[in-house]
Amino acid sequence: MAEYMILLFDDETAWAEASPDEYDRIFKAHGRFQEQCAELGGRIVSSGALQPTSTATSVRGDVVTDGPFAETKEALGGYYLIDAQDLDQALAIAKLVPVLRGGVEVRPIMVF
Amino acid sequence: MTPDPRSRPDRGDAFHGGVGDAAYVRSAIEDAHRREWAFVLAATARVAGDLDLAEECVQDAYLAALDAWTRQGVPSSPGAWLTTTARRRALDVCRRRRTLRDKLPLLVEPEPALEGVDAGDGPDCAAVPDDRLRLIFTCCHPALAGEAQIALTLRLVCGLTTRQIAHAFLVSEATMAARVTRAKKKIAAARIPYRAPDADELPDRLGRVLSVIHLAYTTAHTDPTGAELMHRDLAARAIDLARMLLALMPDEREVRGLLALLLLTDARAAARIDAQGRLVLLEDQDRDRWNRGFIEEGTGLVARALRGGRPGRYALQAAIAALHDEAVSYQDTDWPQIVELYDVLMRVWPSPVVALNRAAARSMVYGPQAALAEIAELEQHAARAKADSLAGYRYLAAAKADLLRRLGRTEEAVLTYRQALELTEGTAEREFLLRRLRELGAG
Repeated sequence: MAEYMILLFDDETAWAEASPDEYDRIFKAHGRFQEQCAELGGRIVSSGALQPTSTATSVRGDVVTDGPFAETKEALGGYYLIDAQDLDQALAIAKLVPVLRGGVEVRPIMVF
Repeated sequence: MTPDPRSRPDRGDAFHGGVGDAAYVRSAIEDAHRREWAFVLAATARVAGDLDLAEECVQDAYLAALDAWTRQGVPSSPGAWLTTTARRRALDVCRRRRTLRDKLPLLVEPEPALEGVDAGDGPDCAAVPDDRLRLIFTCCHPALAGEAQIALTLRLVCGLTTRQIAHAFLVSEATMAARVTRAKKKIAAARIPYRAPDADELPDRLGRVLSVIHLAYTTAHTDPTGAELMHRDLAARAIDLARMLLALMPDEREVRGLLALLLLTDARAAARIDAQGRLVLLEDQDRDRWNRGFIEEGTGLVARALRGGRPGRYALQAAIAALHDEAVSYQDTDWPQIVELYDVLMRVWPSPVVALNRAAARSMVYGPQAALAEIAELEQHAARAKADSLAGYRYLAAAKADLLRRLGRTEEAVLTYRQALELTEGTAEREFLLRRLRELGAG
């Protein structure tokens, strides 16, 4: 097994404008995702949702600035750290991660 | 490992011919390179667990063959000899690495079960599983960029050097080397599995493999004079690949369709370029120079590829190519049936390029005026869609210019040929457009 980080990217304005029904749909989908991941043979090691980039603070050397490290239309909004057999299994799991408009990026965790 | 006399690659009775005959041995090695590379590498990759190491071991095995075969003669099954030698080297390296790791307890990690691999695979290839499909599908994995898929396939499945691939794709060797290295690193780091896809993913995954082979062929075919020899070789390799894939997946109709398409297109390759290296259009080609063997084989394949359900894009394109190949002359071509096939193709695989080709075929049935109207529509559509920029597609301008020429609208034709020229890079194609301009008195 190997660990993969699934990074969720989404349009923050879309989230801000989402209806209560849409919120509800996505949250429920995240609840189901746990089971679906296990059904596919993977395991969620940890996960988290991030507060919007308006709450972000960047630090480069000694300089502290307000805002995210890189301004992008679709911002990092959450993550799942999973354990999977190989990339095919990780991608099959990643396809089930609920997002509003955006998508996810799958990165293998480096093994030392 | 205890050497087993039955399985040693240098056992004498399996060898024949060529002892001390350097030229004979060299040609046997070249032949084995072309025929067996994919099998040997695929079988070694499973033992090595790493494509880089596998490739290194296979290269070593081919080098070792030069010396061993000169001394002992060419083995009766060169592929088996090479496979055994390469796999043995891979096992040795893996063992050494493991020993090294055992001495560094901090770095110990779970080891893939090496013991399951039979170190003493005999020269009998039947003992070694055919892993070529695994290799092909790994090279064409959707997590790799399209240009990396084609580079890896040519390098790992066909055994071409980075230099050869770079030459074919008109990029520097350094660029191509970086592309291949990055792809191999990703396969290892992201653990892209060494396996053929399951039935549910097969249609999508197979589609990628077919398009890689098709792209390898069209790269060779587009500018046949660009890098002459390499391009003819690349075309031949693409046909080899399609042939190999069909042997491995005989029930896949689109694989059959692709091989048919390549053969039926390549049948005309010799007649496409004249003695001066100029491009010759289909209507002006000397049909006696077409490769009858390829046409016969291709038409046989296409007949089977079309049967048994909705035909795929490659089978349909092959059927169109077959109608061209079977026609006695350009005028006597079965244009109405070609138009019908393009209509079906548009439903199966809608694309602006297909629409353009259909317009050209319709001009042969309904006249250039009707086709011109259709092309104008395509242009408008392309302008609206923007993303799908057929406007920048050189064949659109060339096809339009040809219709204008046939309608006697010389001034507009000249203008449009010049547009096509601006979009064209290939030497032979440029030369053709310039010739047309000269013929219209606008050289």
